[in-house]
Amino acid sequence: MSNELIDFVLVSIALLGIGIYGLSVKRNAIRMLFAVEIIINAANLNLVAFGRFIPNSGGQTLALFSIAIAAAEVAVGLSLIIVAYRMYQNIDIADFRSLKG
Amino acid sequence: MADAVFLALSVITIGSAIAALEMRSLIYGSIALMGTLGGIAGFFLLLDSPFVAMFQLVVYVGSIAVLILFTVMLVKRELIFKKVEDKRRKFAGIGLMLVFIIALGSVIMDSGIKSITTDEPAVDFRNIGADFLTYYWPALILMALILAGSVTGALVLARREDVNNEQRTD
Repeated sequence: MSNELIDFVLVSIALLGIGIYGLSVKRNAIRMLFAVEIIINAANLNLVAFGRFIPNSGGQTLALFSIAIAAAEVAVGLSLIIVAYRMYQNIDIADFRSLKG
Repeated sequence: MADAVFLALSVITIGSAIAALEMRSLIYGSIALMGTLGGIAGFFLLLDSPFVAMFQLVVYVGSIAVLILFTVMLVKRELIFKKVEDKRRKFAGIGLMLVFIIALGSVIMDSGIKSITTDEPAVDFRNIGADFLTYYWPALILMALILAGSVTGALVLARREDVNNEQRTD
């Protein structure tokens, strides 16, 4: 195998940085969900890469669990966005402030 | 050293991740997100784990990205193209990203994992199935319950109460 572990870890760090940038800068709720997806995928890439290089089947098993849980999270997050859009007619998170005291 | 396929995949993945966050239209953004997720599936293929790669393609590119696309289409048209962000916050975000990448990257480069390579054969995907059904079976059942619960919760949340949709009897 010609690729080393460090290559995959560096790609995963780059994706994590992009996701953190998106979460901290964007105010659009759907774009923040994109950023969360990118971060989750960086974590999955790390799991599978370390599982390949140990080698152990635990990494792939945990990655499968993580993918399934992420699917559940996206379903709930998108329905929350839909509900908020129906209430405020906007998807800008700066407008979602009914809970603000 | 990394080979050409790896380099091409990383360019596709990171480039479309940036495009997903920076494209003006949310629809093109979600299509670029599909590119990122597919690139990650390619990385899984490079890591000799085809089962996880297929799972990623089916779950992420097949369902999550399409779900996001349909949600984007439910939103008003001018909101899809509207982009509100101030310059100072954007520069602060880019600075945070660079600090994060450089700090974590230098820590990783100094650590011992730089020299790790492997010649051992990849894990057979039959082992994953065996793991699921022996050691991890409580987690598998719990995950099924969580998925069912979250789908039910999403349906309940997104239900409209102001629309009266009684079933017709005639």
